[in-house]
Amino acid sequence: MLGLERKDFVFLIVVLALTLAAPILLNPFPENSALAQFNAGYPDLMQRIAIFAIFAVGFNILFGLTGYLSFGHAAFLGAGSYAAMWMFKLLSMNILPAIVLSVLIGGLFSLLIGYVSLRRSGIYFSILTLAFAQMSFNLAYSVLTPLTNGETGLQLALTDPRVLDAANNSGSLPDTALFGLAMNSTTKVEMLGRVFQFNVGYYVCGLISVLMFYVALRIFRSPFGMMLRAVKSNQNRMNYTGLSPRPYTLAAFVISGMYAGLAGGLMASMDPLAGAERMQWTASGEVVLMTILGGAGTMLGPVLGAGFIKYFENIFSKINETVLHGWFSALPHAIQDPLVWLAARFTGEGWHLTLGVLFMLVVIFLPGGLVEGGQRIGGLFRRRKTDDPEHHPKRAPHVAE
Amino acid sequence: MSRYDLTRRGLLRTGMIAGAGLAMPTIFTSRANAYVNEPKGGSVTFGFNVPQTGPYADEGADELKAFKLAVKHLNGEGDGGMLGTFSSKALKGSGVLGKKVEFVTGDTQTKSDAARASAKSMIEKDGVVMISGGSSSGVAVAVQSLCQEAGIIFMAGLTHSNDTTGKDKKANGFRHFFDAYMSAAALAPVLAKQYGKDRKFYMLTADYTWGWTQAASMKDFMEKEGWKMVQDVRTPLASTDFSSYLAPVLSSGADVLILNHYGGNMVNSLTQAVQFGMRDKQVNGKQFEIVVPLISELMAKGAGKNIQGILGSSNWNWKLQDEGTKAFVKSYGTEYGVPPSQAAQTCYVQTLLYADAAERAGSFDPCAVGKELEGFKFDGLGNGPTLYRAADHQCFKDVLVVQGNEKPENEYDLLNVAEITPVDKVMYEPDNEFFKGGELGKCNNGAA
Repeated sequence: MLGLERKDFVFLIVVLALTLAAPILLNPFPENSALAQFNAGYPDLMQRIAIFAIFAVGFNILFGLTGYLSFGHAAFLGAGSYAAMWMFKLLSMNILPAIVLSVLIGGLFSLLIGYVSLRRSGIYFSILTLAFAQMSFNLAYSVLTPLTNGETGLQLALTDPRVLDAANNSGSLPDTALFGLAMNSTTKVEMLGRVFQFNVGYYVCGLISVLMFYVALRIFRSPFGMMLRAVKSNQNRMNYTGLSPRPYTLAAFVISGMYAGLAGGLMASMDPLAGAERMQWTASGEVVLMTILGGAGTMLGPVLGAGFIKYFENIFSKINETVLHGWFSALPHAIQDPLVWLAARFTGEGWHLTLGVLFMLVVIFLPGGLVEGGQRIGGLFRRRKTDDPEHHPKRAPHVAE
Repeated sequence: MSRYDLTRRGLLRTGMIAGAGLAMPTIFTSRANAYVNEPKGGSVTFGFNVPQTGPYADEGADELKAFKLAVKHLNGEGDGGMLGTFSSKALKGSGVLGKKVEFVTGDTQTKSDAARASAKSMIEKDGVVMISGGSSSGVAVAVQSLCQEAGIIFMAGLTHSNDTTGKDKKANGFRHFFDAYMSAAALAPVLAKQYGKDRKFYMLTADYTWGWTQAASMKDFMEKEGWKMVQDVRTPLASTDFSSYLAPVLSSGADVLILNHYGGNMVNSLTQAVQFGMRDKQVNGKQFEIVVPLISELMAKGAGKNIQGILGSSNWNWKLQDEGTKAFVKSYGTEYGVPPSQAAQTCYVQTLLYADAAERAGSFDPCAVGKELEGFKFDGLGNGPTLYRAADHQCFKDVLVVQGNEKPENEYDLLNVAEITPVDKVMYEPDNEFFKGGELGKCNNGAA
């Protein structure tokens, strides 16, 4: 169905169902319980997870299939954000034109950078993309200030023209919307001691991300996807058979650039501000991390990785010492203080450390990422007979060239 | 393995159930709130959004300490600090409006994006009624506009750019800290008196909103004093080595160097300038001087000996001798064993001011609280008589001109108050050329 095999179709339906039910699934703990700290079902985080899932899924089309490790994808995300912001400022607060332009800009920008960078492969390609991204960051940060508003970030102003929208006399900034449906409108439902937040913006992001997931699935299963895998497994052999890998790699690069642009446009649509930090190399590194943590080359991996990292960034970073003291308050002071001290290194501002340790563990023990972990656990409960080799092909090694 | 048999009918049925499930929320209507995050229980939550990682992490840590202290005092723990000296007596140390004050913290990472993500999660997940903190103007402007959109109050922490209450001002945002214009206005006469009227100056400026407004203000005021600008060179915020920017200074004919740098930038540029031997040089027959318009204790600590004798301005200093300052330094010192920085003071004061306004308004509604803060006159919080101006939500108070201490008695005794510039010397109209272009807009309480 939808041009997919049944197995993939079921997979897609499961992803869709999870996306729709996320506001409930991510809020498992009652409002006033001690564990409410770990609830992730609030709009901002869910939007971010959906958006970064798009970003990572797109990145995976390049990295997972062709093996080209780009360290500059944040540049396309940032460019998409700026494009969307300018649409909000000049044209209309409707997110549709903003998203369309952000995808186009992401595509154009990646065509430009990809055309130059893809002349090299392996580490040289990575360094080239990194250099371009860092260049874009510095341009956005200072040189192009009239266009990007530099360090402060591009924001809406009351005086923006917005030619398509009705004149705004309310004295407050208009909200981003999809044909009148405001992105920040949320319906709160109280049930079973929990407050579930159903947010329009999240459902827009979520549905678009499922759509993009579907597109990626089609690419993965297509002859084109097969050619991309060929680039990864042996470029020389591909050359000898008379095929040039460059059109394929460039196409993959541009597609993933458009995914990144879309993610950037959605980010600006959910929260109308575009800052230059979005283009910094740390942001590019983050998407690499997401993809590898989840499992490069798998469909679900990047989504898992994105969810995982965003969850850590937003939930763990808020566990401060006061919260920890609350948890360990039952213990005597002599034990409590060292315990809190120790735990505080890994929570609050120390969340990077937790993430780093996890990343190391995953890379060392689960080279296939979280997806491999899931498969192994699944394998424990399954009889060996079902472990058919057809669905577990030998993992292709990551090649530098 | 289980088999999934998909039929058209089965799919339709599933789809309808899913659709009905999604439509459910519209049946139960959400709880009716008069304004966003109205506290319903016995407590009210504040959000403290400070940099815990990145270049301004030191300032952030200090701000967080001050916030915690303020919350303690509001809840009636500790010695009460500046509650005792505050001119408004609405707060009794029993929470705010009878509710116990709780707080959540977040990491801004000194990045607008991260700061907004953290602030959003505070608003959506933790239900805060007010967000305070931050130690960069870029972040302050970004979070301020978020709070405006979300309908809660933003009490700015350390932000010195003219834009925060100038072209980027918002009805829900309030700033206690002073700004670049006030720094320049306070500093210019002192510089002219100490170094003479006939001077040529060279500026190195951090290339972002704060640096630009700082440089523009300094240029304007120094030229009024008869000084001439040789050049204003922009340096990237991320630079750590300023030698290539400093090398041309001495051959340019300038005899004063103004460093519009903050935090780690300033520590590096000042240290390198001193290593170049600039302070021992004679140019145009005059002693070469270095000026740092915005100095903080933490920067002075980083610069060490090099700060001695350098002139700059501050919002507040722990060595002031008024009752408010004494009470604050005492309770902060008892709690943490060190004197507070100006970042700590402004954050502490902002929390108290918010709590006091809410208490007087009888509500946490941002519009009601904002109305109480607008035009509010107060004293006893360490800065002398202060006005929260209604037109731009900026505090007006005396500005300190400080000088690096030549003979520090201990490691905290780094800055001396050289002069206190009275408030009327640094006052400006809301439509001043450095501040015009923005609108406060209307207060937003998030009620649909």
